Amino acid sequence: MAGIVSYGAYVPWWRLSRKAIAPGGSGEKAIANWDEDSVTMAVAAGMDCLSDADRNSIDGLYFASTTSPYKESQVSTLVATALDLREETRSADFSSSLRAGTSAVRAALDAVSAGSARRVLVAAADCRLGMPGSTFEQDCGDGAGVLVIGNSDVAAEVVASYSVNNEILDVWRADGDQFLRSWEDRFIITKGYLRSMSQAISGVLKQAKLTPKDITRAVLYTPDGRRVAELAKEAGFDPKAQVQDPLAAAMGNTGCAYALMLLVAALEDAKPGDTILWASYGNGSDAFVLRATDKIGQGKGRRAMKKHLASKRVLEDYRTYLQWRRLLPMDQPRRPVMGNISLSAAWRERKQNLAMYGGKCQVCGTVQYPQQRICVSCQTADKFDPVRLYDKKAQVFTYTADFLDPIETPQVTAVVDFEGGGRCLLAVTDRVPNEIKVGMPLEVSFRKVFFERGIHNYFWKATPVRA
Amino acid sequence: MPGIKDKVAIIGMGCSKFGERWDSSHVDLAVEAAQEAYSDAGVEPKDIQSVWFGTLFSGFAGPTLSHALKTQYIPVTRIENFCATGIDVLRNACFSVVAGAYELVLAIGVEKLKDGGYTGLPISSLDPDDTPKAFPQTAPPAMFAVYATRYFHDYGLSYEQGKHVLAKIAVKNHKHGTMSPKAHFQREITIEQAMNAPMIAWPLGLFDCCGVSDGAAAAIVTTPEIAKKRGKDYITIKGFGISCGPKEHILRQGYDWVHWEESVRAAKQAYDEAGVKDPRKEISIAQVHDCFTSTELITMEDLGLSKRGEGWKDEEADFFTLEKGGLPVNTDGGLKCFGHPIGATGLRMTYENYKQLIGKAEKRQVKDMKLGLAHNLGGAAGANVIGVAIVGRP
Repeated sequence: MAGIVSYGAYVPWWRLSRKAIAPGGSGEKAIANWDEDSVTMAVAAGMDCLSDADRNSIDGLYFASTTSPYKESQVSTLVATALDLREETRSADFSSSLRAGTSAVRAALDAVSAGSARRVLVAAADCRLGMPGSTFEQDCGDGAGVLVIGNSDVAAEVVASYSVNNEILDVWRADGDQFLRSWEDRFIITKGYLRSMSQAISGVLKQAKLTPKDITRAVLYTPDGRRVAELAKEAGFDPKAQVQDPLAAAMGNTGCAYALMLLVAALEDAKPGDTILWASYGNGSDAFVLRATDKIGQGKGRRAMKKHLASKRVLEDYRTYLQWRRLLPMDQPRRPVMGNISLSAAWRERKQNLAMYGGKCQVCGTVQYPQQRICVSCQTADKFDPVRLYDKKAQVFTYTADFLDPIETPQVTAVVDFEGGGRCLLAVTDRVPNEIKVGMPLEVSFRKVFFERGIHNYFWKATPVRA
Repeated sequence: MPGIKDKVAIIGMGCSKFGERWDSSHVDLAVEAAQEAYSDAGVEPKDIQSVWFGTLFSGFAGPTLSHALKTQYIPVTRIENFCATGIDVLRNACFSVVAGAYELVLAIGVEKLKDGGYTGLPISSLDPDDTPKAFPQTAPPAMFAVYATRYFHDYGLSYEQGKHVLAKIAVKNHKHGTMSPKAHFQREITIEQAMNAPMIAWPLGLFDCCGVSDGAAAAIVTTPEIAKKRGKDYITIKGFGISCGPKEHILRQGYDWVHWEESVRAAKQAYDEAGVKDPRKEISIAQVHDCFTSTELITMEDLGLSKRGEGWKDEEADFFTLEKGGLPVNTDGGLKCFGHPIGATGLRMTYENYKQLIGKAEKRQVKDMKLGLAHNLGGAAGANVIGVAIVGRP
């Protein structure tokens, strides 16, 4: 039976204290660093998921987000390339809806059930922006969740799935809108969220021939930390015993990634035989009933939700957050702007730049990034084996903090040595400058280097190892 | 008489495929040209003692090349002299050998233009004096078109007559390009196609303009003594000329705009050094800087290959074709069809002259080869740097 083969997640290292936004706020929300977006977070969650999984059986990658960096230009291809999936991988973007993540999961289930793909990786990521001062600003967090859908060796079978749609303009962004809009909240909760979710939940339970009491864990999308209790009561679940913690105080509502991330959190705790009800929201609802198999315990090495949530740094400074979101213009050093990227060169070097491939000399064994035509050590021409560096352990060889960098002040720049060979000059992100030391263990993370002339330019940076 | 005639030899050359090399970087192009040159000369990369490297846009300074070829801590000097970079690279490499500083050096020019994201060159102004940035920012076709306009006017050619002359040049160079396996464009065109092509900068149309290409070319330079000992074919330098002018064309009324004084002067330097008295008779073939068909036309006169004002008659009479010409010009297709990767062009011209002189020009082979001339023009038309290199058998 089709189901979830493996999972991964990504929660940014940075959290913003809600008190920093306004007095009276409580808890934190996960916030993408200035060099992160839906693409980088999807790649990070994908790397988490694939850290112990086979890439070659993946025949499709679906990317879901309401905050894709491009209106036109597929992002799933970018994520697939960074995750080093084959060029024959089917790719599609799901967008414009909070339900895009679960819609992609349903499409993936259909594909693997029909036999047109062995496995499909669904990556959902979002970083939605609430206007400063709005409740959205308090509630919304950033993050990504990944599920690999397959037809064999599943960790959780999908027993039933059910969808309803509801033509309602409750929460939206029009083309060109930077911030979320919404209609009056009593209406949108009553006739939007509660109505559609209840409909889908009862529909899927009926299809699975189950009652609310049969459910071990109900994983429910919620606009904020409170509404889920209201829904649980209406749907017949015990909010305390049955409902998955919505992580409102630790992370916030991560948009179309939220349902996937909450499911990953539930799967981390699930035991074989557990029955999970899972429902998302957005112009209707997608609901699923899943049953954990004896393979549910696999993947303990992944960071998933627990380890990512535990590894954090709290930003107490709201001004920095506004700068990161480009909501507060700031003076910059008098240095030339980055840019002038060549798209033909970027295309030619896509594996080198996006999947961080270097070359290992077949004659002398020296690993070089990027791969050279002529070996730097033994001068042999064109005898290299490709080697992917991004999953290798790394450490600081030397470093500085550069106060003349045009984008980030200071930018920590390090010469990074990889285990097994390979050296690279990388920016160090998600770090505290004065904590960097020679020999410090590092890992690499896919980041947005800059945005110029309509081009989002992605590359790898180093980060201190997240626990 | 000072000079370097026959004091330096070229024992091997290489040239990459020219064209839209989307799968290749400047490194790939440099490796392709250098490896052919090493192999042609029968030398190992480690035998090279110094490198002269030319590019206009594809990198900076010597390390661009040492990083590409992994040369082992030997000197690499980057030369940049606009589109005349290639000839100046060769000239400096040759001078170092004549001076006795080195015995085996590499001269290489590389240009990766197609990563620029623009049609044509990736910058707007070539004039460092243009501080107000208020003068019209003419792209190269317009810079050269104004010379064609004046040429038609001064020699009484109607638009149709002038276009017909230019079309003859385009047809000739396209024909030659079909005989060059490494050329960017390899198809013949007709006079009608050339004359009726879309206008780019009046009176120059699409087929009056050269290719914007990626490519690299390289030469291995040594002393004649070493070259002779090897017992293989080689060529020697007969004369070089490089000329940069004082910007007369735009600062002084009376400059005629139907010639480039820098070409005349560079040619004179090279002819004097080579001992050429009557170039139209003595030069066997010429590879000239046909960035535009009108540039070839004017250059024929500047080099003394045609009489002043009569270049158009020679073109009409097919005097410069491989097929029936008395003095074949742009035998490999020229910039027009072989392509124009800036830093490589002067070396590509010399590559063709070298192949012709050692009898390896295949379908293009010209008989009784004595002297091959390369004319390499850089800069905005009028504000030029022009290089001329004459090579021949030892």
